Amino acid sequence: MNTQRPETAAATVPANGWAIELEKINKRFGAVHANKDIDLKVARGTIHGIVGENGAGKSTLMSILYGFYTADSGVIRVNGQEHAITDSRHALALGIGMVHQHFMLVENFSVLENVILGAEDSGFIKPSLDRARKELNRLEHEYDLEVDPDAIIEDISVGQQQRVEILKALYRGAETLILDEPTGVLTPKEADDLFRVLETLREQGKTVILITHKLREIMAITDNVSVMRQGEMVATVKTSETSPEQLAELMVGRRVLLRVDKTPANPGATLLEVQNLVVADDMGHVRVKDVSFSIRAGEIVGIAGVSGNGQSELLESVSGMRDQKSGNVLLKGTALSLKGDDGAARAREAGLAHVPEDRQRMGLVTTFAEWENAILGYQGNAKYGAGPFLDISAAKKAAAEHIKLFDVRPANINLKSSLFSGGNQQKIVLAREMEQDPDVLVIGQPTRGVDIGAIEFIHNEIIKMRDEGKAILLVSVELDEIRSLADRILVMFDGVIVGEADPATATEGELGLMMAGIGKDAPRGLGIAEQGPLP
Amino acid sequence: MDISSVLSILDATIRLSTPLLLACLAGLYSERAGLFDIGLEGKMLAAAFAAGAVAAITGSAWLGLLAGLAVSLSTALLQGVAAITLKGNQLIAGVAINMLAAGMTTFLGQTWFSQGGRTPPLPEGGRFEPITLPFANELASVPVLGPIYADLISGHYILVYIAFIMVGVTAYVLYRTRFGLRMRAVGENPKAVDTAGISVVKLRYQAVIITGLLAGLAGAYFSIAQGSGFGNNMTAGKGYIALAALIFAKWKPVPAMFTCLLFGFLDALQIRLQGAQLGGIEIPVQAIQALPYLLTVILLAGFIGKAVGPKAGGVPYTKER
Amino acid sequence: MSARRPIPRWADIALLPAINLLLAFLVSGLVVLLVGENPFHAIQVIIYGAFGYGEGLGYTLYYATNFIFTGLAVAVAAQAGLFNIGGDGQAYVAGLGAVVVALALDQTHWLIAMPLAVIAAGAVGGFWAFVPGWLQAKRGSHVVITTIMFNFIAAALMVYMVNRVLKPASTMAPESETIEVAGRVPQLRQFFSFFGYSPVNLSIVIAVLALIGVYILVWHTKFGYAMRVLGANPTASRYAGISNSKMIMITMTISGALAGMVAINEVMGVQNRLVLDFVAGAGFVGIAVALMGRNHPIGILLAALLFGALYQGGQELQFVIPGITREMIVVIQALVILFTGAMEGLFRPSLERAFMLFSPEQKADAIAVSTAKSES
Repeated sequence: MNTQRPETAAATVPANGWAIELEKINKRFGAVHANKDIDLKVARGTIHGIVGENGAGKSTLMSILYGFYTADSGVIRVNGQEHAITDSRHALALGIGMVHQHFMLVENFSVLENVILGAEDSGFIKPSLDRARKELNRLEHEYDLEVDPDAIIEDISVGQQQRVEILKALYRGAETLILDEPTGVLTPKEADDLFRVLETLREQGKTVILITHKLREIMAITDNVSVMRQGEMVATVKTSETSPEQLAELMVGRRVLLRVDKTPANPGATLLEVQNLVVADDMGHVRVKDVSFSIRAGEIVGIAGVSGNGQSELLESVSGMRDQKSGNVLLKGTALSLKGDDGAARAREAGLAHVPEDRQRMGLVTTFAEWENAILGYQGNAKYGAGPFLDISAAKKAAAEHIKLFDVRPANINLKSSLFSGGNQQKIVLAREMEQDPDVLVIGQPTRGVDIGAIEFIHNEIIKMRDEGKAILLVSVELDEIRSLADRILVMFDGVIVGEADPATATEGELGLMMAGIGKDAPRGLGIAEQGPLP
Repeated sequence: MDISSVLSILDATIRLSTPLLLACLAGLYSERAGLFDIGLEGKMLAAAFAAGAVAAITGSAWLGLLAGLAVSLSTALLQGVAAITLKGNQLIAGVAINMLAAGMTTFLGQTWFSQGGRTPPLPEGGRFEPITLPFANELASVPVLGPIYADLISGHYILVYIAFIMVGVTAYVLYRTRFGLRMRAVGENPKAVDTAGISVVKLRYQAVIITGLLAGLAGAYFSIAQGSGFGNNMTAGKGYIALAALIFAKWKPVPAMFTCLLFGFLDALQIRLQGAQLGGIEIPVQAIQALPYLLTVILLAGFIGKAVGPKAGGVPYTKER
Repeated sequence: MSARRPIPRWADIALLPAINLLLAFLVSGLVVLLVGENPFHAIQVIIYGAFGYGEGLGYTLYYATNFIFTGLAVAVAAQAGLFNIGGDGQAYVAGLGAVVVALALDQTHWLIAMPLAVIAAGAVGGFWAFVPGWLQAKRGSHVVITTIMFNFIAAALMVYMVNRVLKPASTMAPESETIEVAGRVPQLRQFFSFFGYSPVNLSIVIAVLALIGVYILVWHTKFGYAMRVLGANPTASRYAGISNSKMIMITMTISGALAGMVAINEVMGVQNRLVLDFVAGAGFVGIAVALMGRNHPIGILLAALLFGALYQGGQELQFVIPGITREMIVVIQALVILFTGAMEGLFRPSLERAFMLFSPEQKADAIAVSTAKSES
């Protein structure tokens, strides 16, 4: 592999010195070695990217720097001084602030209350609130970070909530700001705004550490980038001297097969039809706004979009888990009644199988033995028992078959489901749903948190289902996955299908614009979305 | 009904709401910090016994109070260890505490004093005396306001005044101080507090300590203020009514005061109404006794408003990866 | 995530409860020591009192009958993730169903009266739990709080019913009319003089049937499967097409009906009339029984026998050692709940560590499993 080792890359002391130096950091969680001998140097006044797949150890490393965890061994230097960072308060005092992936905000507090929480000046909060109001005013102007200080967190947008997190860090005097996957929840427009803020921060001499698994972001904004893989730091390079291909290779350790081999679709009769569907979330906010589409036999329709634009609610509604406010879901021409909280059972009876977005939260009961999960959703089925009784041996037999067909490891039907790896858990769910021989298959995030080997297997199974004449609805936030699997792409933005694209001809740029809710003639953002397809 | 009987009902209302209010505020601290507390009853009962026993032996109400506080505090801390440090089920911890207190007080009472679980009657000085506020006697003759001041406001035990003062103190602490801000935050999103560099465990223990002390005051009120000595199961489910009041008040201090006054009033009314007729129909006392519970059930069900508790309530905090 | 591996099953269902029970006994023993009595003598008295002779054993079984019912009530709800703390109230109001049927049919035969009373008591007890279940399913109110409130509402209701409705004009005591002999559930001493004057009666047969029934329901029916899915992961049950609201309501009703069986034992088998507060806290003992019995019928049977023995032995204790009252038993029961239910974290981690240390093969296994997980 043609890569530079961390100690050789950027080894010369930069003009402004090092803001952060980590040496030989180790952290174990029980038997899991989450960080192995990590070295990392971050130059002051730069934006430093850290990339890696899910579970590569990025967040753990940053949590150690932020004092949320303590390293088992290793040295942390801040501004050249060695410190044993014991807790977050200590990190904050050293000028290290962190914006977590899941915001650390108290939802029923005001912006001001959140900003001062933990950084109060005295036992009484009035003076702190007053000072914070002034300080926020100043920061807003300096960094173009506008937020209403009296707004309640649960009332403001996700993008604004993120600003509150940044303001919180700046209010505490952060000189180094760590952002953990900051764009996962943002629209491309909001992401562009965020990057503009980060650039301003850099201009003002602040140091930014950006954790992400999106290579485009790294290429667009960082000065240096470090790559982590399976708990190890595999390289640190100057962004200008690398390419997305090289970074991708470093991340996964071998070339990723992004394209799936498949023949052109041969669509038949319409099996699933969604008509004017309107769906609200648990809070009563309408998340799916008048969506219509149809899927034919032997066709995969992919829904692309930034997460949180109504895809989850769409999936849950089509599969019967969530009542629709209005509209229809037709299966082979018959409208499904989704009212009531057992709609999923009726959807299954009508021939719809559902691989949920979140297997641990929905698709599996992780405390159950594997065989018990092999019938989840089909427990009422006559083949798993006559009348009210459960035929345990029939269920175990089905489980054993699933394990064999989908190569689930370890092949033990009595093992507790939580003890399988992510990829194998996903295979358990896929096997169960696909082996019911459904007419329609609804799949959300098929490869989220799944190891590379299993991804290929899962993709091939999905194509196989298509070729058997099933209608498949695929929702994924991984644009590459949608582009390689789908026969048609629908782009969802703010609860609406904003456009349709042919995966063979559409460029990533075009899709990106649609995902941002911007038409072709609309003014463009910073340019993240315009970079065209990845190689 | 004349003014004097109205005043006497209201006077009884204040006396009967005091332990409810103290227990309710006690529960407020724990629950606002994210700990369900169905063990209020047990803490009160233990405190009532300790206060009654020590006051009977020493002849000092203040020593009795101190003992009540100490016992309630240790009980609260035991519950705290289970719920916070050991991350146990908070509801089950509460049930255990209630049962432990019920068993221990009767057992020790019988073993030590051999009076069927009662503590001996309190000697002189073993019980708190009502406090006459300044000018109460002088102003008693002033029409309307005079009797209200002299009979209703003046002439209560010191714990009554403490209870009502604690409402203002609690509101102030909760909404105006750093501790209150952090405590409210820890009940809503403990992770936010943790990442801000504040110890969730320490905050929750602080809340538990305050809960223990306030429940101790409530318990002592039964045995060494309202009553003279401890009797078996003296708190008689008041801890649960206080919990109901807390929910009814949506975990807020000032509404908690009004709810406790309402529940206290219902209690006073049912004592007064024994066998009374209303339009020829006798109102069963039991209906009024059940009213606080019924009202709380109805409120919880969202038929009148909606009671949504602190979001992190009942969930032990674990730093997760 | 830590690589801690769950302890073996046998340790989870037997060793851990045993350690917790031992600790509860230890603490109680210290209390006994504190009041100047000999705890070993106390244990002797309890064991002899509970098992040493026929009548004692009969009492033990009589108490255990109640505790099996209330323990099962708590366990069934717990399988569905519900904490039914209202067994006391449910058993109490179920007394209404039992006594009404028994009084109406006490001229016939107990073989007619008993099954119908079982249905009536189950229906009334079930209803008293159904309402909190309905409120949780449809209105989102927490079943724990509601069932607590319903205990108090039940207490008020029953005082009213006994005093104003059921009490014959001729009696002063707050109790219903007496059930004629023909309508009573026969006591075992009628068949075996071995049981002396103890009140253990044929309700124990219902208890055994209930144990078997709950086992089949939970582990061998589709309904039980759905119940366990709901208890383990309510989102997954919704995904699986299970109606969570229906499950909550039905499960609570079953739970309440089981608690209601206490009324058959007490009203028709022992007291022969409805008296105030006949449940005497059995609903709360059920919490301890279910916790110790790990929500499994076999565990519940053993735990109910244990508590039955403690209650009977405690009664005996009171006579033999006047310094110790039977409330000591309530203390033990509270400690059992505390240690097994709320302070589980006290021993589990060290047990887990111990098991990993002493078993190299398990250690390797644990590492393999967690590495597999970390790849996700």
